[in-house]
Amino acid sequence: MPIRTVMKANEAAAWAAKLAKPKVIAAFPITPSTLVPEKISEFVANGELDAEFIKVESEHSAISALVGAAAAGVRTFTATASQGLALMHEVLFIAAGMRLPIVMAIGNRSLSAPINIWNDWQDSISQRDTGWMQFYAENNQEALDLILLAYKVAEDERVLLPAMVGFDAFILTHTVEPVEIPDQEVVDEFLGEYEPKHAYVDPHRPITQGTLAFPAHYMETRYLVWEAMERAKKVIDEAFAEFEKKFGRKYQKIEEYKTEDADIIFVTMGSLAGTLKEWVDKKREEGYKVGAAKMTVYRPFPVEEIRELAKKTKVLAFIEKNISMGLYGAVFTDASAALINESEKPILLDFIAGLGGRDVTFDQLDEALSIAKKALEEGKVEKPISWIGLRKELL
Amino acid sequence: MAESPFKVDIERAQKELTEKMTPGAIVYLPGSSVINKTGSWRVFRPEFNKDKCVRCFLCYIYCPEPAIYLDEEGYPVFDYDYCKGCGICANECPTNAIEMVREVK
Repeated sequence: MPIRTVMKANEAAAWAAKLAKPKVIAAFPITPSTLVPEKISEFVANGELDAEFIKVESEHSAISALVGAAAAGVRTFTATASQGLALMHEVLFIAAGMRLPIVMAIGNRSLSAPINIWNDWQDSISQRDTGWMQFYAENNQEALDLILLAYKVAEDERVLLPAMVGFDAFILTHTVEPVEIPDQEVVDEFLGEYEPKHAYVDPHRPITQGTLAFPAHYMETRYLVWEAMERAKKVIDEAFAEFEKKFGRKYQKIEEYKTEDADIIFVTMGSLAGTLKEWVDKKREEGYKVGAAKMTVYRPFPVEEIRELAKKTKVLAFIEKNISMGLYGAVFTDASAALINESEKPILLDFIAGLGGRDVTFDQLDEALSIAKKALEEGKVEKPISWIGLRKELL
Repeated sequence: MAESPFKVDIERAQKELTEKMTPGAIVYLPGSSVINKTGSWRVFRPEFNKDKCVRCFLCYIYCPEPAIYLDEEGYPVFDYDYCKGCGICANECPTNAIEMVREVK
């Protein structure tokens, strides 16, 4: 029987790792994900998890150790956040380029300067071009489930790409929620043992990994990573369907909420989706035709699902906790690219909110709604991007 | 050779190496140096004078490649396919039996 208990998202991530039975875990403590390796080291010390736990001197070493371990042919895991993830940056390309199915938990946190340990998505969004798949959890249960799903997709022979699972710093990492821990047998059945088919260490069959590619071959290697990411879209759908059958919890790349007759749909990721759904309920009572949508998968970008969503509404508004300096938020930019050749598209708006752990309140969402309503009534957009919840008196 | 615990189709892998890219650009065919003659980098080549050689094997021991092997009598034989022309053998030779001369092609 699955155990229903209460835990923080960090613990849920550690439990997911335990259930997936990685052979090597390398981690360096960083706020807010420190509890993940702490908990896993407990599991290893207690003999509950048969794995090598490598205490490294930085995140750069942590991911490097995992690249080595995964190249040797075992399942691996780590957790990090913010500057730690940024420090891993160069090796993230290597992991993806070598097609190593490493899975990593991210306690989504802002980047310095100024130093800020609280939640936004700038850390993982900044790694979007590395070739890692990206999943975002709305709650602690999703943090656990998505890590299992990440292994399932990453290790699929059609994909073979690393994956990161983000859950919001403190809002989830340090908040206790009910979580159902699935049975080990069911997880074993779902994931199976990792059998390396392309990357391994075998003295009887020496191979060369991470080799040099001249201009004559490099571009093809990059194309193969891109193509694998395209294929991952279908594999993710399959994994979600199988997960639902085995564990009874349904996942979609874009989960819609009260979108059927909505004039304005707000799209977001992570824990903000919970707030948004609650707010949509309230606005529906007040007579506004608004809907919400949650992106569970950010890379590969759910292009088809965004197009479907765009057909249902007059205004598609993105609320995101990240910003690409010099342009708009990354999710908005990607979604706009997905819609660029559509003959009919809704008005697209981008709202930057909640950076550095600022609470995204109903008042701020009302502010976004008033901007969206104005755009809908006037049928035009002066400026697609708005920062909501800014303390204008400080500027 | 013992049976590999991994399910790898080495035949396919070797075929793929020459015909198409592998996932992660992994090279499944070991010993690519057999194809790549590293001796082509050489600027200076070692010339050996048998009269001065005392068969001490030092050149054989110090060669980093190793591109020196010993014939039946114990005299060094230079493998010019792999000798990069570093000159360590000539430097270590106690009787100056090895001289580095500019490679002329």
